[in-house]
Amino acid sequence: MKKLLSVKNAVVSVAVLIGIWQIAYMVSDYSDALFPSPYQAFLALIEMITDGTLAENIGTSMFRFSIGYISSVVVAVFLGLILGRLPGVFKYVNPALQLLRPISPTAWMPFIVLLFGIGEVPAIVIIFIAAFFPVLLSTVAAVNNIDPVYLKVASNFGIKQPALTWKFILPAAFPQIANGIHLAVGTAWIFLVAGEMVGAQSGLGYQIIDARNNIRADILLATILVIGVIGIILDGILKFAEKKILKAWGGAE
Amino acid sequence: MAYIEVKDACRKYTQNGKETVVLDNVSLEIEKGEFICLLGPSGCGKSTLLNSLAGFERLNSGSVTIDGKEVEKPSVKNITIFQNYGLLPWRNVISNVKLGLEAKNISKEEADKTARKFLELVGLEGFEKRYPRQLSGGQQQRVAIARGLAVDPDIIFMDEPFGALDAITRMKLQDDMLRISREEKKTIIFVTHDIEEAVFLADRIVVMMADPGRIKSIVKVPAHSTADRTSQGFLHVRDRVFELFNMKTEEYIDYVI
Ligand SMILES: Nc1ncnc2c1ncn2[C@@H]1O[C@H](COP(=O)(O)OP(=O)(O)O)[C@@H](O)[C@H]1O
Ligand SMILES: [Mg+2]
Repeated sequence: MKKLLSVKNAVVSVAVLIGIWQIAYMVSDYSDALFPSPYQAFLALIEMITDGTLAENIGTSMFRFSIGYISSVVVAVFLGLILGRLPGVFKYVNPALQLLRPISPTAWMPFIVLLFGIGEVPAIVIIFIAAFFPVLLSTVAAVNNIDPVYLKVASNFGIKQPALTWKFILPAAFPQIANGIHLAVGTAWIFLVAGEMVGAQSGLGYQIIDARNNIRADILLATILVIGVIGIILDGILKFAEKKILKAWGGAE
Repeated sequence: MAYIEVKDACRKYTQNGKETVVLDNVSLEIEKGEFICLLGPSGCGKSTLLNSLAGFERLNSGSVTIDGKEVEKPSVKNITIFQNYGLLPWRNVISNVKLGLEAKNISKEEADKTARKFLELVGLEGFEKRYPRQLSGGQQQRVAIARGLAVDPDIIFMDEPFGALDAITRMKLQDDMLRISREEKKTIIFVTHDIEEAVFLADRIVVMMADPGRIKSIVKVPAHSTADRTSQGFLHVRDRVFELFNMKTEEYIDYVI
């Protein structure tokens, strides 16, 4: 019942969005090339699917996204586990993190392009930065939040590092870390597009720039929709994984 | 020299500039194989004393020695059972019980055999593959007890282990704990604020008072008293302890060692 309701909500919500688009299209007097109708964007989407550019660009973007996001999560969790156990060190690291964190990853873009040139690296680096801070900080917080009884049990049974981390700290902190990993996927996906618009010659972000250069607003809008849909799917996958983890970790059945 | 010796133990906390004396010159001797209950109202320092014995906390002054050695940190020879069980929710029952065996140098088969043996001892055979969340509170505490026994400790510390359980479950666990303590011949230090629980389980009851935390007296429970909760002997000792909490110490010198 709840599922059904949410499907209904989603359909209505998207229909209203497309309705507003259609009305805006009808009342505005831009040319079709600059402001296409939903139907024209749909045709552009079909065109991209049939000529294979969409699949190719999705593949390119997903490759960069996976590398950047996964490596960022691994490094951030690893560092977070260490820093969470070293509050004395974290006290000195934290101010620097707080300084770097509010800087939009896009601000790094020109610098990264200067260093690495246009290509695969800038987009990967920007995704890495986008996911890094939220995952690192949520891992440190998760480690600090561990029920002290686990650490007491570990020391009572003589469990030492590295087993302490693998057997106690990581699993005990994992539900909260998983939440950080889940939230970061959205942020990272947002910045993939920014990264590809500035620092790449391929991928979904580049396709938007390319469409603008060719004055193909229909392709541009269709690509934006695809980016949104992939974002929802990524979030859904991680939400599902997070739920599974919480359940396996003794949360609500 | 006694097996466990607490000498002039002092512990203070300062909070908002106000000093609380949690343990005020506490001295206590415990022999090997004794079942000791630390009994007293909430806040009288029972957990603090137990944690100092178990090596989780340090004293401000005084000393705690076990078998002649100063207690400095937790040891796998002295296992603590907590009120909230301390089971790892991501491990099933049997792998929770095997936890302490993993740090030891024994084969997988050996660990498996040991874990099953102690699960049977606490009455949980057939529950090996369950997860803690699929067990009742009483069953979870049984798993924690099996996990503690599996590493063959000399001493078991228990801090209000049955405090979160309903009365019937609690009595069942008390029965089993008494049986296990006799079969396994462990020294057990058991914190409780339940007078009947203390009388039922203990060889000696250490009666504590708060502000400052101290030992008021030590009540020896004659062996025959514990057999059944409705016997004359049991009720007699229980009444004595009740009266102790009503501040009538002097008249009961004969129960004070
Ligand atoms: N970490 C702490 N900081 C400040 N006060 C504490 C701390 N731990 C315990 N206390 C105080 O010490 C007293 C005794 O605590 P505790 O040993 O837990 O008592 P009990 O187990 O008998 O209920 C209490 O008044 C409690 O408030
Ligand atoms: Mg306590």
